[in-house]
Amino acid sequence: MAEERPNLRWEAEKGILRKNPVFVILLGLCPFLAISKSVEDAIWMTLAFGFVLLGSCLVTSFSRRWIPKNVRIPIFVVVISSFVTVTELIIRAYSPTLREHLGIFLPLITVNCIVLGRVEAFSSKRSVLESLADACGMTAGFGLAIVSISFVRELLGSGGLSLFGRSLVLLSQPVSGFLLSPGGFLVMGGMLALLKKLGVI
Amino acid sequence: MGLLSIFLVTLLINNIVLTRFIGLCSYFGISSNLRNSAMMGMAVTFVAVSSSAVTWFINHFLLTPFGIQYMRIVAFILVIASFVQLVEIIMRKTMPRFYSAFGIYLPLITVNCAILAVNLINFEEGYSLPASLVNGLATGLGYTLAIVLLAGIRERLAYEELPRSLQGAPIAFIAAGLLALSFQGFAGIGG
Repeated sequence: MAEERPNLRWEAEKGILRKNPVFVILLGLCPFLAISKSVEDAIWMTLAFGFVLLGSCLVTSFSRRWIPKNVRIPIFVVVISSFVTVTELIIRAYSPTLREHLGIFLPLITVNCIVLGRVEAFSSKRSVLESLADACGMTAGFGLAIVSISFVRELLGSGGLSLFGRSLVLLSQPVSGFLLSPGGFLVMGGMLALLKKLGVI
Repeated sequence: MGLLSIFLVTLLINNIVLTRFIGLCSYFGISSNLRNSAMMGMAVTFVAVSSSAVTWFINHFLLTPFGIQYMRIVAFILVIASFVQLVEIIMRKTMPRFYSAFGIYLPLITVNCAILAVNLINFEEGYSLPASLVNGLATGLGYTLAIVLLAGIRERLAYEELPRSLQGAPIAFIAAGLLALSFQGFAGIGG
């Protein structure tokens, strides 16, 4: 037990900065750039993503001894897409507006490279606890990245922040280009350059 | 919407990569080499068109009659994965030369979001079979156009002297941003 604790912590922490799935490995970019127009949507996206990632890692890690090597990818894909279907049905039942905001990117979590990558590279080989720690770390890393980029885009693009019904206006003349697709790419490029300059990644 | 306008809107105005932000992982992963990018683009186009036909039949003869449309994500991804595997096997047996140039990109396509996105868009828009095929073709060509353009830019950039913090991924994102900016100019053509 004494040996396992630092190990688990290490697995959980690596996703946040050192192996951040978005900034360092450059995976899962589609929802990352598309949903980063508002901080609130970004938070919901992280929750949906985290639910799918945790669920799939739990199931694949639990059943790793019974999954034959040759057909592992189709099995992983079925597990992931089942969790995505569950998420979609829940969101459709409780919040149709959220479903509209997330749009096609909710079903597209199925082919999110982070989820399949973690399942294939990590949780199909490690114990349940380690996989859960890894999935939590990766979710936190994804959330940190998407919330920070959507903070910049929403602030510059719509002039203020609105979060769970409260709003704050800071700029009187927002640059709406930041909300369009070129803005997403440019902010991401700028952020990566800044992180590299600061020596974080 | 007519077939021609579906084609133009999907190819240029709602370009799958630059406007809709779909298929970005492979877009940034492969685009450092022009030849690989063109091959990947062709493979995506081929699978997008043929999987559009397959999922249209699945949708109309399996999902809709039984009222299980909510299972579409699971059904589509399984169909795409097995279909890609099938194409790979057929290609290896019948066209070995083509396979050696093209084959390594096929497994990658299974998890390319552009393919699943095409099929989901066909489903949500309720496209007919010809419209689905046109949508698949235009999406694939739009992906090819975007990735070939970015690869051309990145091959030139490789010879430039850049500040250290901009090398690699950051400058690729900025180049893609400028490309996306130019594609914004198409907005409004289709109405």
